[in-house]
Amino acid sequence: MWASFRAELVKLTRRPAAWLLAVVTVVLAATFTYGFPYAGIAGGTDGPYSDRTLPMLLPDRLVGNSLSGLPVFFGALVLILGVLTAGGEYGWGTWKTVFTQGLSRREVYVGKLLALAVAVLAILLAVFASGAACSMLIALVETQPVRWPSVGDLAVGIAAGWLIATMWAMLGAVLAIALRAVALPVGLGLVWMLAVQNLLSGLVAPVLDWVATVQQGLPGPNAGSLVAALGAPTDVPGVAATVGGGQAAVVVAAYLVAFVLIGGALLTRRDVG
Amino acid sequence: MTLPVETEGLTKRYGALTAVDDLHLTVRAGEVYGFLGPNGAGKTTALRMLLGLVRPSAGTVRLFGRPPGANQLARVGALIEGPAFYPYLSGRENLRVLAHYARVGTDRVELVLDLVNLTDRADDRYAGYSLGMKQRLGVAAALLKDPRLLILDEPTNGLDPVGMADMRTLIRRLGAGGCTVLVSSHLLGEVEQVCDRVGVVSRGRLIAEGSVADLRGSPGLRVLADPLDEAAARVRALVGAERVRVVDGGLDVAVEPERAAWLNAELVGAGLAVRELRSGERDLEQVFFDLIEKGTTDVG
Repeated sequence: MWASFRAELVKLTRRPAAWLLAVVTVVLAATFTYGFPYAGIAGGTDGPYSDRTLPMLLPDRLVGNSLSGLPVFFGALVLILGVLTAGGEYGWGTWKTVFTQGLSRREVYVGKLLALAVAVLAILLAVFASGAACSMLIALVETQPVRWPSVGDLAVGIAAGWLIATMWAMLGAVLAIALRAVALPVGLGLVWMLAVQNLLSGLVAPVLDWVATVQQGLPGPNAGSLVAALGAPTDVPGVAATVGGGQAAVVVAAYLVAFVLIGGALLTRRDVG
Repeated sequence: MTLPVETEGLTKRYGALTAVDDLHLTVRAGEVYGFLGPNGAGKTTALRMLLGLVRPSAGTVRLFGRPPGANQLARVGALIEGPAFYPYLSGRENLRVLAHYARVGTDRVELVLDLVNLTDRADDRYAGYSLGMKQRLGVAAALLKDPRLLILDEPTNGLDPVGMADMRTLIRRLGAGGCTVLVSSHLLGEVEQVCDRVGVVSRGRLIAEGSVADLRGSPGLRVLADPLDEAAARVRALVGAERVRVVDGGLDVAVEPERAAWLNAELVGAGLAVRELRSGERDLEQVFFDLIEKGTTDVG
């Protein structure tokens, strides 16, 4: 397993697409969480961020702000990373090369997932770090007090964010394994995350009770509820306290385990063509 | 001693299509075995089953006496249906990644790069490799584990004549060094130069197996005589009708070449004009086609 983990880490860290996704995630997080809201406040204009107030951008809100993108756009980007990590092996036909090196398929799979989880954690930490830098800069410029969240809050926030982001990455991986491709899983995953989830929660759930009930068990609303419970602003798409934070964490973890098991079962049992 | 490769009744069906049909294959320790057949005969599917990449519909596979699990593959090198690597990594980085998976030291990487003459281009990205360089990297990867059994599927694909000759030399050298090699090809001429034994597969079935000399069979005699029909009747009467075939205006006679003088005397004594009489060494490609045709007919 560790042999596979080391190999997968080399593959991930040398892969330009993985770095591109990481950079895009960090830049988007900084831009939408701090850049645009601060520009709106500083410009004094009305707009989508006009209800944001300066205190929301300060360091003590670091945890909620850093997690706010996870239900939708941050989640979508790590889903793509998950698809690329597993689906690339189909696109390049490299599963046959890897599976004939002497490790079991299960060892290869677990090593790959661990490497993917580490990559996701690295991106999450980068988002936190860039958020810390942005919020401190704003505080200094606006001569506001620099108060950081407690270590405990920070640890819980990072743990919850890692759980959610890894769950989305595993969804990408399981879609890639199920469809043995890259393009189609990316397309389907993004349609689900960016369109279907929002349509269900925004348009359908308010008028159909059973949809409202069903969506309480879906990964997106639970991810949104978990980050909302940890202080993410609820005006961000996908962030809403649909269920309690505890339940949300359990449901997200259950999805993570389910995706891992389904992907493993498919990968170890199917022929490698 | 356990056999490096042994299959019994190995079968793979895809719906109505039977890709590999009741294959009984045995590769002995230390030999270079040629797995021969036309494109689509089921060679690659059979090799994939040997490596555990494809699950058989029926039958068993044993590598060194055991099913092809992860442990059994620790000393098996393989290149199956063309090389497959990560295009954004260099050749050397690709091999280092595989060395991690195979749990072998990275010192093997330099050794195998040298074996396939790729050291000079090892730091170039794989995406920029020519077909021949990709193929050589595939062979290098197969050698990474210092394998006891090497399975090479059409290893000369994409190689120029020099590369093909180098590959044959490498296979011979590996065989001489005690490595068991199973090499597939659709070219009989290619495997006859390096293989101790050859198995011919057609429509998923092993239709012939033996040394190249065995497959080639007795050379027989080629006779051109006039008039042809009278010569055919006379020779049939002399050696038996089943040993005589009329081919391209002459006779192929399945008798030992040492009987040429006797046959000539008999034909001339019967008043026939013998224009040519020579040992009829069978063309290897013709042997191959005859076997494939026979196999196809039998299967049909």
